[in-house]
Order: sequence, then C-alpha cells, then structure tokens
Amino acid sequence: MSDYREMWTQLGLDLKSHDALLAVLGRAYKDIFLTQKNRPAGMKYFDFVTSEVHGLRIKELMDARAQGRIVVGSYCVFVPEELILAVDGISVGLCSGAEWNFAGAEEVLPRNLCPLIKSAFGFKMGKVCPYLEVSDIVVGENTCDGKKKSYEVLAPMVKDLYVMDLPQVKSEAGRALLRAEYGRFVEKLEAASGRKITADALRKRIEIVNAKRLAVKRLAAIRKADPAPISGLDALLINQIFFFDDPVRFTEAVNKLCDELEERVKEGAGVFPKGTTRILISGCPMAVPNWKVPAIVESSNAVIVGEESCIGERGTQWLTEGQGNTVEEMLDRITERYFRIDCAVFTPNASRLDHVREMTKKYDAAGVIHYSLQFCQPYIVESGPVERELEKEGIPVFRLETDYSQEDTGQLRTRVEAFVERLQGR
Amino acid sequence: MRTAGIDIGSRTAKVVVVEGGKIVFAKKSVTSHDLLATMDELLRGVSYDKAVATGYGRHLLRNRLGCGVISEIGAFAIGARALVPSCRTILDIGGQDTKAISLDEAGAMKKFEMNDKCAAGTGRFLEVMATALGYSLEDFAAAALSAARAEKINSMCTVFAESEVISLVAQGARRSDVALGIHGSIVDRSAGLLNRVVVRDDVVFAGGVALNPCVRQLIENRIGLRVVVPEDPQIVGALGAALHGEAGLHEDEQ
Repeated sequence: MSDYREMWTQLGLDLKSHDALLAVLGRAYKDIFLTQKNRPAGMKYFDFVTSEVHGLRIKELMDARAQGRIVVGSYCVFVPEELILAVDGISVGLCSGAEWNFAGAEEVLPRNLCPLIKSAFGFKMGKVCPYLEVSDIVVGENTCDGKKKSYEVLAPMVKDLYVMDLPQVKSEAGRALLRAEYGRFVEKLEAASGRKITADALRKRIEIVNAKRLAVKRLAAIRKADPAPISGLDALLINQIFFFDDPVRFTEAVNKLCDELEERVKEGAGVFPKGTTRILISGCPMAVPNWKVPAIVESSNAVIVGEESCIGERGTQWLTEGQGNTVEEMLDRITERYFRIDCAVFTPNASRLDHVREMTKKYDAAGVIHYSLQFCQPYIVESGPVERELEKEGIPVFRLETDYSQEDTGQLRTRVEAFVERLQGR
Repeated sequence: MRTAGIDIGSRTAKVVVVEGGKIVFAKKSVTSHDLLATMDELLRGVSYDKAVATGYGRHLLRNRLGCGVISEIGAFAIGARALVPSCRTILDIGGQDTKAISLDEAGAMKKFEMNDKCAAGTGRFLEVMATALGYSLEDFAAAALSAARAEKINSMCTVFAESEVISLVAQGARRSDVALGIHGSIVDRSAGLLNRVVVRDDVVFAGGVALNPCVRQLIENRIGLRVVVPEDPQIVGALGAALHGEAGLHEDEQ
C-alpha cells in the first residue's frame, strides 16, 4: 500500500483521516458483504474493485491524466457520460454515502440538509476523497434546492466547478434548455481537454455506455427469479460501481456475472430460500458506501429485487437510441434519452409512479419501501401520493426517511420487520 | 403445548404464556439496566415449550434463548385483535415510545406509525411531570380529572416542560390545572400520531399509559370514538408474541 500513500499525498489527502476512513469502510464491507451466504463467484471482481476503490482505480485515473486525458466528476445521472468519454475523458460519480466529517460540513452548510450533500462536503473538507482531488472538472447541476445552493459554497473549494442547468418541467421549453446545456457542456469539455468531439468518437462512446446499460439491465431482468440468484446488496454495489469503474471492463464483468446467474436460475439456486419476501426499493439514491437500509432489509427475512433509483433503474433503464450522422443529431438523441429520467426534482413527475408500479409487477415484489434521505423535499413530498396511489391498488408501501448515521438502525429494523410481517401475512 | 411471549420494554418486562389460544400465565417486572438479568428474573420458574420475543431486546433474547422474534408492531396487532376481536385501530403509549396501528377488516396489520425518537408524550413524560408536581402517578391522573381548566404547557421537550411546570406552580397556577395541561400535551402528541393511520372503531388503547383514566378520557374526546382498554393493557405485546408463536407461522428460530 506504500505506493498509494505517495499518490495520496500527491493528491493532498489527509493521510491519517484517510486511513481511518478506509479502516471503517473495510470493516463495514466485511460485516455487510462478506458475511453473505452463497454469493455468486462473479462478485469477486466487484469485491476487488471495492478493495481498490481508492487505490488502483485512482492510479488509473492519474495515469490517464498523465497521458493528457481529463477526469470529470459529477453528482447526477443527468450529466451525460457519453460526452465525457467522447473527449477521451473519464467520468466518475462523486456522490458520497458516509457520515464523515459532518462537523466540518456543518461549519459551512446548514445542519438540516441532505446527508448526501453534507457527505460530499465532509469528504472535501476532510481531504479524504481522491476522486474529488483528481477531478479536473467537478460538474454540479441545478437539481434540488440543496444541491443548487451548495454548489455556490463548493465552487471556491475545487479547481474548476462547472454548473449545468436543468429544467424543472418536462415541456418543449424544458427539452430545449437541456439540449442547450448539453451543447454548452460539449464546449466546456472540448476546451478543457483540447479535443474536438467528432461524430465517430461520439457514436463509439454512445455504444460503450449503452453496452454498460444493457449489462445492468440484463442483471436486473435475472432478478425476476425466485429464489433470488443475487442479493439486493450485491446488486446495489454493482450499481454503485457503475459510476466509477472503467466502462468496458465493468460491462464485461457484469455480463460474466450474468452468465453465472443464468445458470443459477436454471438450477433453482439462490442466495435466499425460495419464497423469501420480495421488496422493491424506490426513492433517493444510495451512494457508496451507503448500505444501511438494504443491510437491514436483507437481514429481516426479505430480499430486495429491484431499485427504482438513480443508482438503479431510473439511471440505467434507457439507452441513447436512434441513429445520428452528426454530433448535433447525436446530441438530440442524447437529450431525448436523458430527458426521460423521472427524478422528483421534476414537476409533475407522473411517470415515476408508473415505473414503480411496473417494476413491482415485473419483479414480483410483495411491497415497496419508499426510501428518502432526511430533508429531501422532492422525494419526501412525492412519497405521500406514491404511497396513497399504490395502496389503493393493493400494493403495500412503507415510507422511511433516514440519514447516514447508525443512530436509528434499531428503530428502522423494527419498522422494516413489521412491514415484512405485513407482507408475509397476506 | 405452552408458548411464551416475552416483551422486554424500556420500563417493564412482560411474559405471557398461552395454551390453546388462552392465557395461562402472565407476569410483569421492572426492566433493569441489565437486559439479560431482567430476562432471567422474569422467566424464573416459568414453564414453556416454545418462546417468541418482541420489543426492544428481542434480538438479544433470540441469540440467548434461540427463540423466534416478532416486531412489537406485529405483536401488538395480534395481541389487541385477540383481546378485542372487533379491533381496527391500536394506540400503544409505552414507557418511552408510542405507536399507532391500523388493521384491515380481517384484522391484519396495515399501516403503522411510531414515535421512538423522542420520549415526550410517553410514560416517561408522565412520570417526570408527576414527580415535579409532587404526585404519585395515580393521584396525578385524579388531580387532572378534577381540574376545572387546563394550564397549557408550551414546551415539547420533557426536560424543558418540567422546568415550565415548576415555573407555572411558582407563579401560582393550580397544580391540578397544570396536571390537566400535561395530560393534554400527551394526548396532542398521540392524536397526531393516530391521525397518520386510519382511525376506525374499535380503538384499543394499550401500554402502561392506558392505565391512566385521564389520558383515556381525553383521547376519547379528541378522536370522538370510544377506546377499549384491556384489563391488563401492558401485556398486549407479550400476548401477541405468544399467539404468533403458537400459530407457528414464519418462525425465525436459530
């Protein structure tokens, strides 16, 4: 690990704090993931990636930069990976899921703010995130109020903060705004990388990202089986690694895992007994290393069979479709694709309810857990109508709101157990 | 076959033994800081063939006794419905938490809400206030019932409410009026929780605080429905756990 210490020092990390963070993560990973029974062999690749999350992957990013490529970090699935790849750049997701240095974050941000945002600041101010430090550009986006205003505070702390504006309404004007923003983003990427995006390069990168999406869609489809061939925890981990691993290598690893899982399904083998209560999780994203709620659910006699979340199907179910001969045409196709994402920052957001319903049926879920981060107004407000509508249709819903701390795990466990008891009683 | 349901709560520990759906034994004791010692003392001399644990210490008990577990929400739903077959809504105010549960026509648990992040409006709150006013718990309820008017308490927090109560009395407020105000605060919190589930009769009021006739009265006034308080409102969870064990469904024994 001594190679990495030099690299981390170069990146300006606080080694002592960083060591502490890695120790905590290592323990959590061991307790949550490595104690699972009958894991697919294909998970070894993802265990390896996680063990090297701040090591080898960062080295790859630094080597890439040394070759003149740019690293672009972002916090939202609306930032097109295709465009970043088309300037030969590397796209990394910066969303963080650990309660780390919230004291520091709360010096510059309100206490009553989304934990995902506070975590990002906690990592930055605590100097423990090599992804943040290695990014040439950090892309912020005008999504929710919390993020929108927090980027103003983040700007002076990073090398180059670029804020992408997003529409609030899925109208013609909204689509035009998104298209214009993507055009502007292309200009930014070209200027920062010194490369011009060609139609050929963009077409190739669309294929790469589509292939990645197809791989995780394949994984999602296999989870229709009972017994569940893979745990929700492992599927979540894969969806999290989607955001920072090399896309081609990741795609290959997921497809290889899917080959193994398809065999399992044929044999009727799984990680939980057949008939285990099946639950769909819907709502706010769970950024790495946020594994709290799935760990509780899957140790309460239930299995998570799907995620209606940005780190999940909401982020991956659509492909960039259609042919395009020019960069402009392809940007139109890309806009079409991203414009369909039904995050709660949009108003109205009817298609989200449809997707939750569809997914519940597709994965044969007995019920839905609506997951919100504390203080997340868009999802918390949406959770009311989602619960009401689904319950009316006979789909049980349990709404929970939580943060990243361990403080409420006992309370969550009681409620999750009660919800599972309700589902088992039907 | 005797099935025991064990409910170790924050203030009291309960065990109920059922046989053929009937209660054959019930016992309560005070929860000490040592959960396992509490359990040992509670179960001393109690004979049973199978056990199910619920409440705060259920996982610890499962590891110790190898028994099954059920959430206290599930246990209360089963217990209340067994005691009152027409039950559709349950309000449980315990030592440190409150829960509201609504059941469907078949008596299955449907919606639930819990407050276990703050002890204001729970049994603890009542105890602290009774002491601050110099009453025993029984006299506290009686004093509140005898009051002509309620002295409104503004503080939400138990600690600050205690200070407010002392200050009100020092300014000449009648102790009974303050007592009624305190009981009103509890009902405000509970009614808020209840209204988030579907409130339909019959409403069963359980938990230690259900022993308080003033809280009972105020809740009935508030929701406009009669509440049914079982003979021993504190054992509802343990009873539900025992019946769940007897039914032999979804066992989680190790």
